[in-house]
Amino acid sequence: MAVCIAVIAKENYPLYIRSTPTENELKFHYMVHTSLDVVDEKISAMGKALVDQRELYLGLLYPTEDYKVYGYVTNSKVKFVMVVDSSNTALRDNEIRSMFRKLHNSYTDVMCNPFYNPGDRIQSSPGGPYFLCPYPVQVGPTSCVRSSPGGPYSCVRSSPGEPYSLCPIQSRAFDNMVTSMMIQVC
Amino acid sequence: MEWRRSYGRAPKMIHLESNFVQFKEELLPKEGNKALLTFPFLHIYWTECCDTEVYKATVKDDLTKWQNVLKAHSSVDWLIVIVENDAKKKNKTNILPRTSIVDKIRNDFCNKQSDRCVVLSDPLKDSSRTQESWNAFLTKLRTLLLMSFTKNLGKFEDDMRTLREKRTEPGWSFCEYFMVQEELAFVFEMLQQFEDALVQYDELDALFSQYVVNFGAGDGANWLTFFCQPVKSWNGLILRKPIDMEKRESIQRREATLLDLRSYLFSRQCTLLLFLQRPWEVAQRALELLHNCVQELKLLEVSVPPGALDCWVFLSCLEVLQRIEGCCDRAQIDSNIAHTVGLWSYATEKLKSLGYLCGLVSEKGPNSEDLNRTVDLLAGLGAERPETANTAQSPYKKLKEALSSVEAFEKHYLDLSHATIEMYTSIGRIRSAKFVGKDLAEFYMRKKAPQKAEIYLQGALKNYLAEGWALPITHTRKQLAECQKHLGQIENYLQTSSLLASDHHLTEEERKHFCQEILDFASQPSDNPGHKIVLPMQSFAQLRDLHFDPSNAVVHVGGVLCIEITMYSQMPVPVHVEQIVVNVHFSIEKNSYRKTAEWLTKHKTSNGIINFPPETAPFPVSQNSLPALELYEMFERSPSDNSLNTTGIICRNVHMLLRRQESSSSLEMPSGVALEEGAHLLRCSHVTLEPGANQITFRTQAKEPGTYTLRQLCASVGSVWFVLPHIYPIVQYDVYSQEPQLHVEPLADSLLAGIPQKVKFTVTTGHYTIKNGDSLQLSNAEAMLILCQAESRAMVYSNTREQSSDAALRIQSSDKVTSISLPVAPAYHVIEFELEVLSLPSAPALGGESDMLGMAEPHRKHKDKQKTGHCMVTTDHKVSIDCPWSIYSTVIALTFSVPFRTTHALLSSGTRKYVQVCVQNLSELDFQLSDSYLVDTSDSTDLQLVPLNTQSQQPIYSKQSVFFVWELKWTEEPPPSLHCRFSVGFSPASEEQLSISLKPYTYEFKVENFFTLYNVKAEIFPPSGMEYCRTGSLCSLEVLITRLSDLLEVDKDEALTESDEHFSTKLMYEVVDNSSNWAVCGKSCGVISMPVAARATHRVHMEVMPLFAGYLPLPDVRLFKYLPHHSAHSSQLDADSWIENDSLSVDKHGDDQPDSSSLKSRGSVHSACSSEHKGLPMPRLQALPAGQVFNSSSGTQVLVIPSQDDHVLEVSVT
Repeated sequence: MAVCIAVIAKENYPLYIRSTPTENELKFHYMVHTSLDVVDEKISAMGKALVDQRELYLGLLYPTEDYKVYGYVTNSKVKFVMVVDSSNTALRDNEIRSMFRKLHNSYTDVMCNPFYNPGDRIQSSPGGPYFLCPYPVQVGPTSCVRSSPGGPYSCVRSSPGEPYSLCPIQSRAFDNMVTSMMIQVC
Repeated sequence: MEWRRSYGRAPKMIHLESNFVQFKEELLPKEGNKALLTFPFLHIYWTECCDTEVYKATVKDDLTKWQNVLKAHSSVDWLIVIVENDAKKKNKTNILPRTSIVDKIRNDFCNKQSDRCVVLSDPLKDSSRTQESWNAFLTKLRTLLLMSFTKNLGKFEDDMRTLREKRTEPGWSFCEYFMVQEELAFVFEMLQQFEDALVQYDELDALFSQYVVNFGAGDGANWLTFFCQPVKSWNGLILRKPIDMEKRESIQRREATLLDLRSYLFSRQCTLLLFLQRPWEVAQRALELLHNCVQELKLLEVSVPPGALDCWVFLSCLEVLQRIEGCCDRAQIDSNIAHTVGLWSYATEKLKSLGYLCGLVSEKGPNSEDLNRTVDLLAGLGAERPETANTAQSPYKKLKEALSSVEAFEKHYLDLSHATIEMYTSIGRIRSAKFVGKDLAEFYMRKKAPQKAEIYLQGALKNYLAEGWALPITHTRKQLAECQKHLGQIENYLQTSSLLASDHHLTEEERKHFCQEILDFASQPSDNPGHKIVLPMQSFAQLRDLHFDPSNAVVHVGGVLCIEITMYSQMPVPVHVEQIVVNVHFSIEKNSYRKTAEWLTKHKTSNGIINFPPETAPFPVSQNSLPALELYEMFERSPSDNSLNTTGIICRNVHMLLRRQESSSSLEMPSGVALEEGAHLLRCSHVTLEPGANQITFRTQAKEPGTYTLRQLCASVGSVWFVLPHIYPIVQYDVYSQEPQLHVEPLADSLLAGIPQKVKFTVTTGHYTIKNGDSLQLSNAEAMLILCQAESRAMVYSNTREQSSDAALRIQSSDKVTSISLPVAPAYHVIEFELEVLSLPSAPALGGESDMLGMAEPHRKHKDKQKTGHCMVTTDHKVSIDCPWSIYSTVIALTFSVPFRTTHALLSSGTRKYVQVCVQNLSELDFQLSDSYLVDTSDSTDLQLVPLNTQSQQPIYSKQSVFFVWELKWTEEPPPSLHCRFSVGFSPASEEQLSISLKPYTYEFKVENFFTLYNVKAEIFPPSGMEYCRTGSLCSLEVLITRLSDLLEVDKDEALTESDEHFSTKLMYEVVDNSSNWAVCGKSCGVISMPVAARATHRVHMEVMPLFAGYLPLPDVRLFKYLPHHSAHSSQLDADSWIENDSLSVDKHGDDQPDSSSLKSRGSVHSACSSEHKGLPMPRLQALPAGQVFNSSSGTQVLVIPSQDDHVLEVSVT
């Protein structure tokens, strides 16, 4: 169970960042931002290795008293940073690795979304762009409600018969993925 | 020596140290022995005995006893050494080798292990034998010792594992096990196998960690509770001694706390790692350990006094760092900062929290509670350890000093922070450095030193802005705002406040607070009334879009232009803005054409809405998210001939791309720009901007013509001005002034003469207002009528092509002038109306020859002949128009095309004459022709023109021709020439009844020499005696030339000779066969003298031979007038006359069929002439006009039959 998951663009601005507990969001932002130092260091150290042999998983970036920060970098230099509670000893390197891989897959799905502009923030906020949601699973939401600020959106159906409605573009699946990673004990 | 081990472990060279001790039974290990270092590995029995008796008496018993003791302790590692002395041996030289002591001992004790007995001969002598025996002994000793060692070590390890497996049993003690495994580690250390030793400690470490984790998961072990006792001492790691016996003993006594255990473990690991030359791993492990300990204490819920752990961590960090520094040189340390910087930063962090805890950071200094806490903490440190007591910079001393006073704390904290920042910066961890810097800034803020804090906050903010981290930006900005407020940097503070007020990451209350700060300041009565505080608008409100009305953003002078902008207010509360001002830059474009009304209305087709891209304010530009290049092609053409002068590419957003990155967050605007009060301002006063989108409308009346560019947008709230320094994309509107203009253009592609045609008049009023009574005065052209229709109406349009009105047009015509009174129209409108004009067809012709077209107009354009051959003849009519706005007349040329082309031809039949007129319709229209007339203009009474045309009405279709024929009849002698006028009425076939009667189309022409003078008759007769002509046989050709009239006027020329009242003229005849059917034998031409009298006849005989069989047409017979050489002409005989002559012959060819043979024959004449043309007089030939010769035998054919002996049949197939 991660306490903070961030996707950071090649240019080091956050594409996506979410953390539980939300009241400490700022601390995690700082933490993730600072961790980029180590990510950069590791990437430049890795630069010499052949591209195809390169390990995307960067391992533990740095530990703090309460958290462990792990890193992962895609071939396009998009970084994933995950903050895990230090007291959570159940999470071993392998679990972290697989979580990153799942995250990467989800991120790839986001990138494949034709409505998504690479470089945009991955968001499912009501202010963002919308599209007609064609999937039966997501059918019906006429308004997207957030249970808590920063939390996932849930769809509220206005009437059961409604076939399609607007969904915020991108990221619903990604958001759900992240949510599951934050809740589940892998 | 080499050490081979079980389980496939690689052999190693080890150094095994051993002690020799005297054998005592109590030294032998008992069951369950845990000590390995003091373990007796090999038992050696030394004897000097060389006497059998002595052996039997004492030594054997002694040996047996010894062996039994060993057996009782199940020790199998023993060795018997027999020292032989030569001196003693000599006495018993006769002793058999078999019965030697050695053999006996071997026999008695080493029944199978003969190698357990070694002989050492003369150990004190220096002989080769001695040397050899020593070597053998030592080798044996080593081997056996190692064997025993290996065996015992293996056993020990097994025992240890067994013990470890029992760990789930109650009563198992970690401390006990710890001691056992550490024993192993010691052994390895002794063997200098530090790696293996380290592994032992690591295993212990892992085991303990696992227990703690399990404990946390609820699976507690009893012994662990022991470690959970409250922390009472936090004196940090001790790494200076190889073994901290004090801690070891406490572990042995099972009195160690968790921190003690961890400390001891780490000190051992550290020692071993340093032995292994891995100091950086020490640093790394230290950090892990410290984090881990903190976590474990938390997990085990050990009660820790506040600050105690901080002390411990701080001391430990410094201890580790000092330990590492102690064993590395400066260069090594500098190149490995990456490993140690974590500890530095951790120490800094801990010191900071200690400082906060002990009230050393507050402005007032620590209070009594803080002091008590400090005393408690210092007590927990205990006394300084003796080994560091003499070191000036020991961690202990540092901490004690730092906690002793506010000043000392500040010094130490700053030292540490600066060192950390420096280290982070030096290894490129800028973000971490900034983060520590922010902590430092916080410290400074608490110390009320905002001037020192600002630089760190700015630095951090710049970093976050550059990488677009919204939350840190907001947070840092908030801190910065406070800092700036303290510093009294009003402008900066207001700017930061405006940024914060628009920041959606803040709560509504916070945003309102910052907004209120701005409003409060703005409402303050300023001591300096003219002073303005200029802030960038971006954070206050954003320009979303702009809408022009009229939408093409083009307005004429005096016109009203509306600009509606949408501003999106970022403020959380409605803000009352005194005024919103748009600075407009005015420029007069040099290229005046581009600013004309036509150009503007044509080229500005935008819908009038300009959208401004939302600034990426929340995620400001990083290097790669700069705006894309906006490149445009640029062509500059020369104004005179429109040729390309220069071309290039222009980047329109250079100012966006090339601006300095650093300055993006600071105030980059010189206030002078903002306060520029240009003459051109759009202003809107007293607007309340609600949060969100607001519509603001500017209204302006256009004054001077030119281009107006919207430059800046300012909103003023009290003395605070929010300025948008550049409006981008560029927004412009154009004001133009236009001269009144009149355009006249035909509605159709071309105007046709003779029928009414519509012409469109367009009056662009421009700046002129058409008043009542204004009219256009058209001076009438002679041949063009302006048809006044009752129903003409004029349309008035506004400049944007919206119809505003229509009015009837009053047209008054007089002889000279047609006056059109224009409807009343305001300036910058367009009046359009249509008029019908009629170009009168042809004026009298000036006698053209048959090929020339009869139409000759006053303004006839002499285009080249070729063109007139295909195109319609055009006529230009110039109309001069007086416009009310100008004293000059406008001259307008209208070009009319004549739809018809007419040719005429003279046809003869004997002496009867016919005139044929061909009318060709060149236009796209169909016409109806009617009432064709041909009249003789000379009015000769005896001449009659009898029409042979049956129909009076005849349609003529587009691109088709119609022929008319008249017969000429005369009673008396016909005139030599005839002037005729052909006229035909026409009207467009499609059109219904026309309102006016149209003038007929006329065509005048002259026919000369139409009276037939000669009749030529040719006949071919078969050879005598034959019925038919045969091919190849000569036939006779008889040409009969008959004069049909007496002397006429036309005959009077040079060829006419007079003798005795008789006139004769010279003619030349020529027989030409154009189709090579006939071969003319002999002379084909000749000159005859022809009497000029009626019925005078000349007969010519010739021989011709038919070349083909069949009905062959007769060869042509041509007659020419043979003009003799005339002295008057001889002098003029030059190239010109030849050209004349040539043109004559061209005429001759032009009338009928041009044929190759005639050309050939004429060519022979030419060549004959050319041989003597210079200087020599020569006769000339003149073709008789077509009307004067009638060939009565033209068209007749003669039957030629093939010759009998000609069997060749030529068949040509194509």
